[in-house]
Amino acid sequence: MGSPAMKLPELPIVGDPGLDENAKNLTPERIAEVINRVIDRETAARFRVYMNTCVHCGLCSDACHWFLSNDRDPRFSPVGKVKQTVWEMLRKKGRVDPDFIKDCSRIAQTECNMCRRCSMYCQVGIDVAYMLLTVRRICHELEMVPQFMQDTVNSHAVTLNQMWVKQDEWIDTLQWQEEEAKSEVVTARIPLDKEGADIFYSVIAPEPKILAQLIGNMAQIMAVAKIDWTMPSFDGWDNSNMAMYSGDFETMGRVERAHHEAALKLKVKRIVMGECGHAFRGAVYDGPKWLGWLEPPVPVIHAVDFYHELITSGRIKIAKKFDEPVTVQEPCNIVRGRGLGAKLREIIHATCSDFRPPEPSFEHNYCCGAGGGVINCGPPWKTSRVKGNSVKAEQLAATKAHIIITPCHNCHSGIEDIISGYKLGMHVKFFSEILMETMEIPDELRAE
Amino acid sequence: MEQAAQEKLNDAWDWEIPSKLVADLDDWREQFSEVQELVVSQDGERIAAIVKADDALTVCVNGDTWTSTFEKAWALHFGPDGRLACIVMNDDEWTVAQEDEPWEERYDYVWNLRFSPDGSGVAANIRTSDGYGVVLNGEPWDAKFLQMRSCEISPDGLSVAGNVQLEALSEGDIFTFRKGLWGLAVNGEPWDAHFLNVWDSVFSDDGAKVAAEVRIEPGLQTIAVNGVPWPETFRAVWQPIFVPGSHDVVAPGLAAGAWKLLMNGKPLWNRSFAQVWHQTFSPDRQRLAAVVASSFGRWTIAVDGDAWKTTFGDAVLPPVFSPNGRRVAAVVKENNRWTIAVDGIPWPEDFDMVWDPVFSPDGGIVAARAVQGKEFYMVLNGKVISLGCAKLWDPVFSPDGSQLLLKAIEFGRLYRKVVPIKQLLA
Amino acid sequence: MYNFASGPLVWIAFIVFVGGMVYQFVTLLRSAKKDKVIYPYMSAKYGLRSLLHWLIPFATTNMRLRYETTIVTFAFHLCLILVPIFLTAHVAMVSFGWGAKWGTLSDGAADWLTILVVLAAVFFLVRRWMLPEVRFVTNPSDYLLLAIAAAPFITGFMAHKQWFDYETMVVIHMISGAVMLMAIPFTRLSHMLFFPFTRAYMGSEFGAVRHVKDW
Ligand code: HEM
Ligand code: HEM
Ligand code: SF4
Ligand code: SF4
Ligand code: SF4
Repeated sequence: MGSPAMKLPELPIVGDPGLDENAKNLTPERIAEVINRVIDRETAARFRVYMNTCVHCGLCSDACHWFLSNDRDPRFSPVGKVKQTVWEMLRKKGRVDPDFIKDCSRIAQTECNMCRRCSMYCQVGIDVAYMLLTVRRICHELEMVPQFMQDTVNSHAVTLNQMWVKQDEWIDTLQWQEEEAKSEVVTARIPLDKEGADIFYSVIAPEPKILAQLIGNMAQIMAVAKIDWTMPSFDGWDNSNMAMYSGDFETMGRVERAHHEAALKLKVKRIVMGECGHAFRGAVYDGPKWLGWLEPPVPVIHAVDFYHELITSGRIKIAKKFDEPVTVQEPCNIVRGRGLGAKLREIIHATCSDFRPPEPSFEHNYCCGAGGGVINCGPPWKTSRVKGNSVKAEQLAATKAHIIITPCHNCHSGIEDIISGYKLGMHVKFFSEILMETMEIPDELRAE
Repeated sequence: MEQAAQEKLNDAWDWEIPSKLVADLDDWREQFSEVQELVVSQDGERIAAIVKADDALTVCVNGDTWTSTFEKAWALHFGPDGRLACIVMNDDEWTVAQEDEPWEERYDYVWNLRFSPDGSGVAANIRTSDGYGVVLNGEPWDAKFLQMRSCEISPDGLSVAGNVQLEALSEGDIFTFRKGLWGLAVNGEPWDAHFLNVWDSVFSDDGAKVAAEVRIEPGLQTIAVNGVPWPETFRAVWQPIFVPGSHDVVAPGLAAGAWKLLMNGKPLWNRSFAQVWHQTFSPDRQRLAAVVASSFGRWTIAVDGDAWKTTFGDAVLPPVFSPNGRRVAAVVKENNRWTIAVDGIPWPEDFDMVWDPVFSPDGGIVAARAVQGKEFYMVLNGKVISLGCAKLWDPVFSPDGSQLLLKAIEFGRLYRKVVPIKQLLA
Repeated sequence: MYNFASGPLVWIAFIVFVGGMVYQFVTLLRSAKKDKVIYPYMSAKYGLRSLLHWLIPFATTNMRLRYETTIVTFAFHLCLILVPIFLTAHVAMVSFGWGAKWGTLSDGAADWLTILVVLAAVFFLVRRWMLPEVRFVTNPSDYLLLAIAAAPFITGFMAHKQWFDYETMVVIHMISGAVMLMAIPFTRLSHMLFFPFTRAYMGSEFGAVRHVKDW
């Protein structure tokens, strides 16, 4: 017997070949085998204890932007998502049908951002995101992953980067961006494979693919700050990892290994990564853990931390502050996930004169709705994703800022979708873009 | 093999001159508007860098510039035989230049420059308007592919392999991808078999066999040798190696949550680890060492299945055998400090960075260069034996083990020094 | 019957309760080893820091979001644990058998606190019906667990007030008390045992590893 019947409106049906086509290959036997194998062999204390400790009190609900934005529809509450997936799997001992798995994939892959806000609201400290990640693992093992997400993971598996960037394209882009940077700062270079450099700067594949100027910007910043840095010409330069979110942990491990091995091979002292949240999570937590490291073998520093260091140490000086009203999207994976909230505020205050704090803020900030691989599930799921984060639109609108500083690629795209979806008329900028506008370039370094 | 070839070369070197000024780099910096990363030949007789003069790039070797100039140049390396090579571009056409001689044929792009152990083979990946391929010593493969992502050269320098995409894939097409579009091409000939993925390939010593990691089903990986996958499958595998002088393949594999080292698909050691990789044979083939995590978060080296008792939290780099195979050393890291452990015993001193250990011919002495603060130091058996200098390269022992060749930049100049070991240890 | 309920049954209940808790605890430690990050991530400092916050009323954001639930939860749990321990009748029984003695609640206080627990249980019940997010995740077992937790209070109160037949009521009470004790280790009431660990783990992961608060 399930719960007392509740009348809930039908959810719109979203077609996704990754789920609809692949569901046809599922048999009840295979489903049961995978569910039981993953739950028995791949989970241990946490899964079991969380199942026995959840008192079904629903107090985690108010944490979740999906729940809050969908008129408090209980199907979007954290525990509601666990109920619709894990509880049913366990109750039926894995004997569920393909349509059920399809729903599981929708719920776990496209309606939870793994943002872990709910862990701060559950009184007993249950990690709902972990439970739903286990569901994703099961869906992955059944090849029931949304198409665009799976395509991204395929790219990771083939290229060890997220966007099918070919090796020659990568190097070519760096060489082109080096030229661009040189036309602004004469000493700018992107040293390739420089063994023994202090810093390996790693990026996510969308940078070379579609936002190459960000790499050029970085070359300028590094030159002005006189940093001894390098980027590898070989695979391992991409720090992003969608396999971590699709449940394909073997591919996740391979991608993360390449990233860390690149650092070890280059004999660098630190990896500095660009402005990305989930990449930080992959490189610092999930990746090393799967590979057997408690901590990454070479320290990994997020861009926010790095910029904070450059600004507070005086390596970068601010010529004039940015004066439009700004607010911030505090990415879960580095704020709730690393406590970089205070440093982020400090670098914003150092570069901007009119900062409008969002509410809620710091580790209580709402996720952008794009993270956890949700935006990578692609266009079919965009409507529900934007609808599922009206609280974010309200939160941003209340700041009355013009610019939203967003030091995370996923948040960046997610917030852009929210801005256009709710007609907020705001703009999103990476912090590096603010820095490029405010940083002092000494005359002797200026080209021409 | 690599070792023997190297020793023969070392023999011919000048072990007499105690110290020699090779080049004054401060002069270079005055002469050129840009001096890129420095490279030094094994024997320390030559130093080179890509430099910018009159808005064009060229290569400066011991103060003399090449006659050829380039719009772009990168990947400057001394090959194992001492020949200097780099990848260069003029008019959007790329090629490899060796000792001021650009290869005749040009390509749309060139990367992954590789040398065979004796330096006789120099290969790279190329892109042309017909597709992707390989060029070996200036000779491109006839066959071209949709994409290629590696360039692995055989020990004899005669063959090259790389993973290739066999069928077109439009972005987002997960169903075509699922059929397996990747293979391995050896000298332009793709394997009959194709896979979801092919990663990291390696040649046998005789060049007759190539092994690579392959993914045959989304959750199943194994090793394929000349296109034939092992019957055993694993959740994941890492890069294979051949047993020297044979066609047996050793690779790590993950099954039932534990990593094991496998030979031809069967467990080789009778224990499993939280991680195993970088398996390496001793020069005499008798011993096998690998980097292992003996438990979660604790790393060390296992030799023939027995892990060192001392473990390290941050990292352990690939093991290095002494020439006689009796000793093993590796770079290790604990609490963000680097050092070297020899036969399980870490040096008491630690550093900001340390390079791979170099054994003396009889294995009695271990040398390595290290960085502390901004300066490089030479370390011998754990003791710093040099003053700090701006840059050091790996030391080389003389064939009789009595002397050490040091290549050091001091006061803006490269010095080549030959120092008696006795003096260093005193 | 009375003799059985006040003698062997009490023993059985306590043995099952204590044995069950020990069993669950040992299993927890064992499976925590398999979950490879738990021991390395556990931090006494951050675990306790988190526990402390979650044991103080209104010390966390979520507690401040819902005053009524917070008050009721704390009242319910405090009374649930303290009332039976300091109840004159219970202490009398223990001291009769063992000689041990400790302070007791006055009859009036015990009555009121018992009523409080029952009212809290009613509150939980109503909450389960009224709030869609709770109703959606309510299984029949949730009602059963609430009943198991409330039953000793209802029956104890009825016995004390000598409603119906006293003897029967006391026996029913003793059985319900025993049932509750025995249910704790083997149902979701085991959150009593697991709570400190799940909370401390989350506190450690947030505090020691991620450098943030989890409240
Ligand atoms: C299993 C062993 C138990 C025994 C033998 C036992 C016995 C008794 C007895 C003899 C009374 C006195 C009735 C009277 O006043 O005449 C009593 C009252 C009571 N018991 Fe228990 N009890 C047990 C377990 C529990 C448990 C587990 C709880 C709650 C968690 C509980 C809660 C109460 C309450 C609330 C009262 C009445 C309070 C009042 O209104 O005065 N008992 N019990
Ligand atoms: C001593 C440690 C305990 C702690 C820290 C604890 C904590 C909690 C928390 C945080 C909740 C959820 C909040 C709520 O719905 O009010 C809860 C609910 C509950 N607890 Fe406990 N608890 C403990 C012991 C117990 C015991 C011993 C029992 C009963 C035998 C019990 C019975 C219940 C019940 C029945 C609920 C569910 C209320 C509902 O239906 O919503 N708890 N507990
Ligand atoms: S992790 Fe975030 S998105 Fe997922 S259920 Fe919790 S609060 Fe909602
Ligand atoms: S708050 Fe925690 S215990 Fe309550 S329903 Fe949510 S996950 Fe379960
Ligand atoms: S995309 Fe940004 S806000 Fe969203 S989960 Fe990632 S870090 Fe969080």
